[in-house]
Amino acid sequence: MIETKFDYNGEISWCPGCGDFKILEALKLALSELALEPNEVVVVSGIGQAAKMPHYLRCHCVNGLHGRALPLATGVKASNPNLTVIAVGGDGDMYGEGGNHFLHAIRRNPNITNIVCNNMIYGLTKGQGSPTTPIGTHTSTQPGGVVNRPLNPLLLALSCGATFVARGSAADVDRTKELLKQAISHKGYALVDILQPCVSFNKTHSWQWLATAAKWIEGEGRDEGDISVAMSRALESDPFPLGIIYRAEPGKTFEETQAPYRSGDTTPLFARLPRYEAIERLIG
Amino acid sequence: MSEAKRTETVITFSAAAGLGLQTAEDLAGKILSGAGFYVFSTREYMSRVRGGNNSSQFRVSTSPVRAQVDRIDWLFALSPGLHVNVTENISKSTRIVGDTTALAAEIAALGFEMVDIDLIERAKKIGGAVYASMIVAGFITGIFGFSETSADDYIAVRFGSKPEVVEKNGIAFREGHRLGLETVGGEPVLQKNTASKKSFVFMDGDTALGLAAAAAGCNYITAYPMSPGTGVFSFFARNADALDAVVEQAEDEISAINMALGASYAGARAMTTTSGGGFVLMTEGISLAGITETPVVIHLAQRPGPATGLATRTEQADLEIALHAGHGEFPRAIFAPINVESTFTVAGRAFETAWKYQTPSVILTDQYLLDTGYDVKRPVPASIRPPVVPAEAPEGYARYRFPEDGKWISPFAVPGHGPGFVSFDSHEHTEDAHITENREIRRKMVEKRLAKEHAMREEAMPHILIGPEDHHTLLVCWGSTFEPLREALAILSPDGVALAACEQLNPLPESFVRLMAKESAKIFVEGNATAQFARLVRAQTGATATDTILKYDGYPFTVDELVERVGRILEKFAKGAK
Ligand SMILES: Cc1ncc(C[n+]2csc(CCOP(=O)(O)OP(=O)(O)O)c2C)c(N)n1
Ligand code: SF4
Ligand SMILES: [Mg+2]
Repeated sequence: MIETKFDYNGEISWCPGCGDFKILEALKLALSELALEPNEVVVVSGIGQAAKMPHYLRCHCVNGLHGRALPLATGVKASNPNLTVIAVGGDGDMYGEGGNHFLHAIRRNPNITNIVCNNMIYGLTKGQGSPTTPIGTHTSTQPGGVVNRPLNPLLLALSCGATFVARGSAADVDRTKELLKQAISHKGYALVDILQPCVSFNKTHSWQWLATAAKWIEGEGRDEGDISVAMSRALESDPFPLGIIYRAEPGKTFEETQAPYRSGDTTPLFARLPRYEAIERLIG
Repeated sequence: MSEAKRTETVITFSAAAGLGLQTAEDLAGKILSGAGFYVFSTREYMSRVRGGNNSSQFRVSTSPVRAQVDRIDWLFALSPGLHVNVTENISKSTRIVGDTTALAAEIAALGFEMVDIDLIERAKKIGGAVYASMIVAGFITGIFGFSETSADDYIAVRFGSKPEVVEKNGIAFREGHRLGLETVGGEPVLQKNTASKKSFVFMDGDTALGLAAAAAGCNYITAYPMSPGTGVFSFFARNADALDAVVEQAEDEISAINMALGASYAGARAMTTTSGGGFVLMTEGISLAGITETPVVIHLAQRPGPATGLATRTEQADLEIALHAGHGEFPRAIFAPINVESTFTVAGRAFETAWKYQTPSVILTDQYLLDTGYDVKRPVPASIRPPVVPAEAPEGYARYRFPEDGKWISPFAVPGHGPGFVSFDSHEHTEDAHITENREIRRKMVEKRLAKEHAMREEAMPHILIGPEDHHTLLVCWGSTFEPLREALAILSPDGVALAACEQLNPLPESFVRLMAKESAKIFVEGNATAQFARLVRAQTGATATDTILKYDGYPFTVDELVERVGRILEKFAKGAK
């Protein structure tokens, strides 16, 4: 494994063979190749196996509540726009408990990268169905098989107006790293949903399955700005297309629309003092 | 009453939503306040955008007034279907002015008569029913004996771009002025105040809270709209540029508190504002603030529950949820301003405490307090401690470093400022914010967090005591119940009875704990049905309530009501003592 400034040397509690290791590796390489300094990077998460990722990186680690990574990350970024902010978590975390934040973070368009480690299962809580678990999957809490239809995160993101939507695979660190670099460089909200085996609780979506069930888009970049093409790609599942599904001009970021930064001054809020003159004027 | 009448006049406005007398209220308030009277105003309204009947009270006095009363001297009524909270206070001495065509029968049925000027008919002749408000403004100016030109500047500024509208408003005002003057036979209802009232400004609770937050450096505010918590959010939204603040309407209250925490972690001075239902959605976030030791201010504007309750009305029934919101054990400060001036100081303190102790502060207000305004001594923004710009995070920085001896907190730093890593963890964590299940560390971290509450208690805002130190009976209250109770007590002026109020409810100040240990009869006066503060006091001090005066119909206590209810209890005690 290539060493990076972002390497953490402590213990990692994921199961051996878990797809999260590969996603962590891709993320460290992406950050390092973008020449970011660890103290400029904040990785924010909720709760779950994937959400432990900030602890396994050498940078600012923000580990909040299950489902709440996106509002937390939005707050960090708008408090100090000079930081690179990444929100990472699992499919349950981002699409289930945090589903409402997912929709509205996309609409809000903060300049953050949203990585979802999609193992189609609740890993940490030992294998219950998640919002992306296919119908019929037998789990400890759905012993007769999942009956709810899985949601399509890419299509959902597109419909909310996301301007960077991609799917990666834990089976291909190199190409997933490239996706992450593009996503982090995208000015605005960027979604990277990464297919990932959970070797302990998802026997269907194994490494073997991943090798054949998903394929990188041929001739990458050709029509990535075409929303209709993107939507039909997002609907494909046999195989799942991998790569940039959609990329377009992001428009104004959330931070840029806010009073403190509208003029282009990105001084973080911690360095700003009360506006006494304005306060006196408002007192009347 | 006759004595009171010479020093103050009470005006009540009542009209359907959307039909309001807002111009009349604004303008009359400005003119009367500008002329040296002390003006108090408060509103009550239904949860509907059109129709119904909303009312507001203006108390105009030659000395400071800060509470609502029952009496109505002048009633301006535009819409039929007056509510009982208005009609029950009409008396023989109430002069009723308004839409005579629509209201005469209703007023007659109550056994009263209207002043013989048909407002709406007159307004229509001038150009439309909308001019009724300006006629009323003129009328009020007339009964107080001010000049018919009093509103010229206001009208010019407000309607300047439309000459025809300026002219018609001028006509309406003068017509109202003439009628007002005639109605009082040229004899002003109040003698003008001779004492000077300089350096006073009219301010309501919402504005005082917004200004104090701004002075404390608040530069990040989030909310999901919910009455009555939205006012302070709108204040920031209106003034975002001037106050240099990020203002974001979140998708829900869960997002609102989490955004505020993310912002605060990165160094913003963040606040979120809501009411009971939204506050409850924030509870997991409050717990997160507790374990991550992240400062945040949560404004909880109370309205009656449970659930949707009475959406636009007032109550003091969320003290216990404020006290207990959030799972696990962690320190929190709870503040409850007692009036508009107190809203300013207490909000400042809420920020100071949250940032000093790296923990959540809750400001408990209520609809009545936020919608109540009066002439206050000009608040001084510099009296609120300015924010501290955090020091750089050095190499090897650990966010949750166990404090040095004699200190309560870990040094605060923010990410991206200095070489160190600044982390944040919702799990039990090590000093450098990584997940741990080590029992020793767990114990020490719990103790570290809870120790802050001891220091917070020592520094808590002392209670307020009105009346003799040496009392046999003590009235105890909190929040907006204070002003009507203070005035009621002044009117009753019984021997040996004092009034105590707390602006900080958790941790309770030591001074108050000592006060509670004193032998006395203790009457808790609260705007709820179960005496929540009495329960808190009992839990924290062991003192029990001798009696309670409670109110939970959605309306605030009025002075007259408390004169009656406190009087009755004191009488009962006096009989018992014999
Ligand atoms: C409010 C709340 N509800 C439930 C949980 C329990 N919980 C923790 S992680 C998790 C699901 C994890 O699944 P996912 O987000 O897909 O992450 P994975 O472990 O699969 O990486 C649940 C239900 C919690 N921590 N908080
Ligand atoms: S349970 Fe599944 S997702 Fe969690 S660490 Fe193990 S393999 Fe990975
Ligand atoms: Mg999962």
